[in-house]
Amino acid sequence: MWRVGTVVALHDETATARTITLEVPDWPGHVAGQHVDVRLTAPDGYSAVRSYSIASAPNPERRVQITVERLSNGEVSPYLTQEVIVGDRLELRGPIGGWFVWRSQQTEPVQLVAGGSGIVPLMAMIRSRASAGSTVPFRLLYSVREPGAVFYRDELRELSAEHRSVIMTYAYTRTVPKDWPRPPGRIDAALITDTTWPADLDPTCYICGPSPFVETVANLLTASGNDRDKIRTERFGPTGERK
Amino acid sequence: MGIISRGFSGRPTPTDVKLPPGQYLTTDFPVLSAGPTPHVPLEKWEFVIDDGKNVLQRWDWKSFRNLPSETVTVDLHCVTRWSKLGTSWEGVSLDTLLADIKTDASYTLVRSYGDYTTNVPLKDLLNKQAWIAFRYDGQDLAPEHGGPARLLVPHLYLWKSAKWVRGMTLMHEDKPGFWEGLGYHIYGDPWREQRYSGDR
Repeated sequence: MWRVGTVVALHDETATARTITLEVPDWPGHVAGQHVDVRLTAPDGYSAVRSYSIASAPNPERRVQITVERLSNGEVSPYLTQEVIVGDRLELRGPIGGWFVWRSQQTEPVQLVAGGSGIVPLMAMIRSRASAGSTVPFRLLYSVREPGAVFYRDELRELSAEHRSVIMTYAYTRTVPKDWPRPPGRIDAALITDTTWPADLDPTCYICGPSPFVETVANLLTASGNDRDKIRTERFGPTGERK
Repeated sequence: MGIISRGFSGRPTPTDVKLPPGQYLTTDFPVLSAGPTPHVPLEKWEFVIDDGKNVLQRWDWKSFRNLPSETVTVDLHCVTRWSKLGTSWEGVSLDTLLADIKTDASYTLVRSYGDYTTNVPLKDLLNKQAWIAFRYDGQDLAPEHGGPARLLVPHLYLWKSAKWVRGMTLMHEDKPGFWEGLGYHIYGDPWREQRYSGDR
């Protein structure tokens, strides 16, 4: 069943990523981590559909936010990041997915690991934690190319300042901010040991990002003693346009 | 037809390529899975067919690889909307694996290392429709693509082609597997666009 959402706000997260806020009158509600399918239709009837993770927490206003990273060879993402204006109507289907989700009734510590635009469903979890008043301790390890590529920067800073049990670590892979203690580089075993929950706290781990990133991080978390059953992954391939 | 998206023309797939509805072509091979990749040593690998009570057949890697294999070229359709055409695999046909088993069961639950499951009607695994594949594009199957061996049942969405298979249970009643219990379609025919539960 396709629902119709009206674009009520647009916000540029980075030079290539835009958050679209949709108001969806018949939205049935969602759980943090789920995604939607978005359908675009050309005047000749041709249509293209892609999946995007929901960035917003469940909310009573029936609003759904997605953050779309523009892929240079993309079919749908250039339209969503460059053409869409407030007042446009978009068709969407969902919410979809029941595995890569965090529910506010969960009580165990949560370890989030994001690679690039893989932050989107994890942000929904962080927002959901805040809006539900959960006090579950969260840690986020966010791997990103450079400071300018960080999504939700101000909100993440506020949330981690306000809720001291959301602990954030950035791992920059190409360019670091001035005076940053760690040289640019990918997430490695040392960073996992230093910044993620000790495995004996039995955290649930959510990893989202490009396939090779998720593969590496899942292996590192398993090697550091985390139970495989407590590691949930969401991957997108090079053409996956999943986020 | 849906609401027209102002200013959208899209990039239709060339008309000489026929894809299931809502799919687009890709040339690379994205990976999607729900958890960490299991790494299964060949000396511990086995494939077991049971009926829920008794083991009916069991192969270790050596006896499995001694079975006659086939090379097939098939199209893949992932529920996340990419399709990849003309992929080449080598594997053992389910016709071969099931040849000596007499059963009146109609359904199967395919089980994987890492506890993934998926349900497939038995008739969809027979008559040259399904293989336990151990090579992709001439190479041993990489762990992230399901190695040592995965189910290949290309006429259904790719989540049915379970990676890291370890066995299957024959059943009289259908029973949802992992994704089928989490909102995805119980059967998953791409040509009828059976993506999610509720799709006809």
